[in-house]
Amino acid sequence: MLELRNVSFQVDAEGAEKEIVRDVSLTVPERKLIVVTGPNGGGKSTLARLIAGIEKPTGGSIFFGGEDITAKNVTERARMGIAYAFQQPVRFKGIRVVDLIRIAAGKAVTAAEACDYLSAVGLCARDYVDREVNASLSGGELKRIEIATVLARHAKLSVFDEPEAGIDLWSFRNLIDVFRNMRVEIADSSILVISHQERILNIADEIVVIKDGRVEKHGTREEIYPSLGADSAEAPACDRLMEKMRGEEDA
Amino acid sequence: MDEIQKRLLLEVADLHGVPEGAYNIRANSQSAGRRSTANIEITSKQDVSGLEIRIKPGTKNESVHIPVVMTESGLKEVVYNDFFIGEDADVVIVAGCGIDNCGNQDSQHDGIHRFFLDPGAKVRYVEKHYGSGDGKGKRILNPVTEVYMKENSTMEMEMVQIKGVDDTERTTVAELEAGAKLVVRERLMTHGVQQAISTYDVKLNGKDSSADVVSRSVARDKSFQKFDAKIVGKAPCSGHTECDSIIMDEGRILAVPGLEADHVDASLFHEAAIGKIAGEQLTKLMTLGLTEAEAEEQIINGFLR
Repeated sequence: MLELRNVSFQVDAEGAEKEIVRDVSLTVPERKLIVVTGPNGGGKSTLARLIAGIEKPTGGSIFFGGEDITAKNVTERARMGIAYAFQQPVRFKGIRVVDLIRIAAGKAVTAAEACDYLSAVGLCARDYVDREVNASLSGGELKRIEIATVLARHAKLSVFDEPEAGIDLWSFRNLIDVFRNMRVEIADSSILVISHQERILNIADEIVVIKDGRVEKHGTREEIYPSLGADSAEAPACDRLMEKMRGEEDA
Repeated sequence: MDEIQKRLLLEVADLHGVPEGAYNIRANSQSAGRRSTANIEITSKQDVSGLEIRIKPGTKNESVHIPVVMTESGLKEVVYNDFFIGEDADVVIVAGCGIDNCGNQDSQHDGIHRFFLDPGAKVRYVEKHYGSGDGKGKRILNPVTEVYMKENSTMEMEMVQIKGVDDTERTTVAELEAGAKLVVRERLMTHGVQQAISTYDVKLNGKDSSADVVSRSVARDKSFQKFDAKIVGKAPCSGHTECDSIIMDEGRILAVPGLEADHVDASLFHEAAIGKIAGEQLTKLMTLGLTEAEAEEQIINGFLR
């Protein structure tokens, strides 16, 4: 479905060229959930932005459904079936939640349908559908609305950049359910998730470890997961905290 | 009325025909229809052009429509309308002016509206301005609004000017007695080489009076806007002004917030923010499948909602 061939991305940092993504080749097959993990600053988010078309690679090419999309812009890629959930969702004055969901769906959506998307991300739809997507919403609320807009797109490929960040009070089980349902409801669709979270890594078909802009490891969950030990990229303290919260939540 | 006048009427007053309740429709400086009701009396002024609108105390859930439409090029008029709102009345007043100018001479309507609210009176005032026509003549609107508010009266003003008016100089003056409350929501978009100047002078004279003046505006092309909002607190009171603006192309905006506290318990705030559309807002909407131009329209429509 998605193929990155020798993709590189350089920026000018105070006169010196800095390579953030180095010669990455990666294939996301149909009907797969791929989790990309690795240390912060390793180039994961940049990779997601390159896939969505927000950044243009300085080398290599990107194929989607067999077509070279390297030169295509954000809008064209979106219309071809690539959805992207921002790590830090954007606020808008005056645009309501229901407006964003309608734009995402690309068609008229009834209030009831909009509510379904909000319920799926654990928001009481009635309270949110007419709210403005502005500073009155908390970070966690925004993050869930961001996920709802991606659900509404019914895209062939959905890219989530750290979807778990900021949704602390919403159980991870629901987020996992969101991914599971997407795979069932959108035929042949794939999901690429950038995450450090153990529970998300646990449902991956494949895991990709990105470090220093390169693919350090790529394989099935069974192959890669055991190697993500103490030396791995995750922040163990964060995970322990999450586990503790989960315990309290389950109790 | 002809088709153009009917279209203008729809734009400025959402009216498809004759409204419910009391109304006076002014078309090309002539009255094109008037109705008073048992509680709302509309009469012509004797000395100058304009109306006196008297609303009886206790009148509830009634409305007054006084739209103005102009389709003759070169027409210039000054109209004085006075509103007297009786004690504890609760009414909606819809004004507005639409100018269609296909000629080469300027068309200008200067409406001077004075509101006298008796104690406990409550008014929601909606005023829309709209211009159309492709003549060289300008469409000019210079509204003056004066609001005199007795104890515990409330005035909510919604003022909208989105399209087609070349020059505007709007002046709003308000004086509030104890417990009176003024809320202003102004929405403005200018394009081409239009100029819009909006000046507020609000005096909070009475204890626990309050004013909240918020302007949202978009300046496109080479247009210019000035927002000059002054609140004076002369008693324990609260006042807030806000100018929130988007600039595009070569548009320019000058925001001049002014606060004057003449009493130690006056609490006054102002906020002003001017900037272009945030790049990440465009990007987000583009990831949902909109083009950049479509994304821009959505952001502006939402902002001016």
